[in-house]
Amino acid sequence: MNPHKRHDEEKLASRLLQEIKGLADHPLRLMEVCGTHTIAIFRSGIRSVLTDAVDLISGPGCPVCVTPAGEIDRAIALSRRQEVILATFGDLMRVPGSSSSLQQERAEGSAIRVILSPLDAVQIAQENPDRTVVFFAVGFETTSPAIAATVKEAQRQGCANFYLLSCQRLVPPALRALLSAGKVNIDGFILPGHVSVIIGKAPYLFVADEFGIPGVITGFEPLDILEGIYMLLRQKKEGRAGIEIQYSRAVKEEGNQLAREIMGEVFVPADACWRGLGWISQSGLILREEFAAMDAARAFDLPYVEASDPQGCLCSEVLQGLRRPPDCPLFGTRCTPVEPVGACMVSSEGNCAAYYKYGGIP
Amino acid sequence: MCLGIPGKIVSLAPTGLAAVDFSGVRREVSLMLCPEARVGDYVLVHVGFAIQRLDPEEALETLKLFDEFLEGSGESS
Repeated sequence: MNPHKRHDEEKLASRLLQEIKGLADHPLRLMEVCGTHTIAIFRSGIRSVLTDAVDLISGPGCPVCVTPAGEIDRAIALSRRQEVILATFGDLMRVPGSSSSLQQERAEGSAIRVILSPLDAVQIAQENPDRTVVFFAVGFETTSPAIAATVKEAQRQGCANFYLLSCQRLVPPALRALLSAGKVNIDGFILPGHVSVIIGKAPYLFVADEFGIPGVITGFEPLDILEGIYMLLRQKKEGRAGIEIQYSRAVKEEGNQLAREIMGEVFVPADACWRGLGWISQSGLILREEFAAMDAARAFDLPYVEASDPQGCLCSEVLQGLRRPPDCPLFGTRCTPVEPVGACMVSSEGNCAAYYKYGGIP
Repeated sequence: MCLGIPGKIVSLAPTGLAAVDFSGVRREVSLMLCPEARVGDYVLVHVGFAIQRLDPEEALETLKLFDEFLEGSGESS
């Protein structure tokens, strides 16, 4: 790294901190709705240096954490079938279902493969023509275009043994549900950078227009986050509520239109259940009729069955920003990253895992 | 989960794949969602797909407020 650049960045960070403290008359409650922000905020120490100016709370911003036990149960049921190879992202392996996890199932002999790209699942299907390959797909809008492109690729290759178990979720409907519930007080949103690469600015406008809350689409470097906080505080100071883009090197106002078109060709929104938030209208994505033959839930007749969260677990309140991880009686005792009880402790980007790693145990 | 890693495209294949360099590590990446990307471009990569070309001018500048602050004004918007 250029030493002059580093010096300038340090100077800029000090200046931003000074400006933020100057703008905050009283601590403002800002919610970040992306797990990558949660980790970046903890890792950089921003939370501790800004305690008097802003109160940073985490929202339902990690696709792994919001995957309900019922969806995990469905994936487990599929993985128990002899002919099935289940492919999924590594983060999901330890998420608890109602009585088991994919990791436990794999240890007991189920064929479960961890993949890095959805395209790997198509390759597994091509290499195993006598097996049924099911891709258990979670993700927000950042990931959905890649999943949609993969479905199209499987169709193009005539891959008849490839199926999708879709557990994708959409961010704006969750924000609306959170705000409509009216339980949590939020002065501003640090909006997710990479979801916004795809969806752009427009889907968040209701946050400012209908609820009067400003939002800033923010990048993930410590300076990005400080600038995002500064931009939010400046809006509050000037009595404005708008949606602004701090992360302009990656996020265009209109997002990635082609990616959204591909998403729209393959998926259609549907009501979906979130861990912690319950059912939210039009907040999930299911395959369109044209791709119904690839839908694992239909092909194997696996309706979604709701399952309750583990007893005593406060993930639900934590995901809504109503409680902090240390408020949970299981946090750091029965629930740790090695033996997680709730999903927020499983994902490395989960709020509880972040508190455990960086926030100290009470 | 929504991690996006910036990398530089070093070569293109006719299959819609590109070789992308991530600080010395080379990986094959799909350009299906970002077909306009060319050799030399920086792209943001997520789960094996380039999801956006990074704006070179914006990328060079650390922050929009950089000059404003270093000049010590801090008042303008």
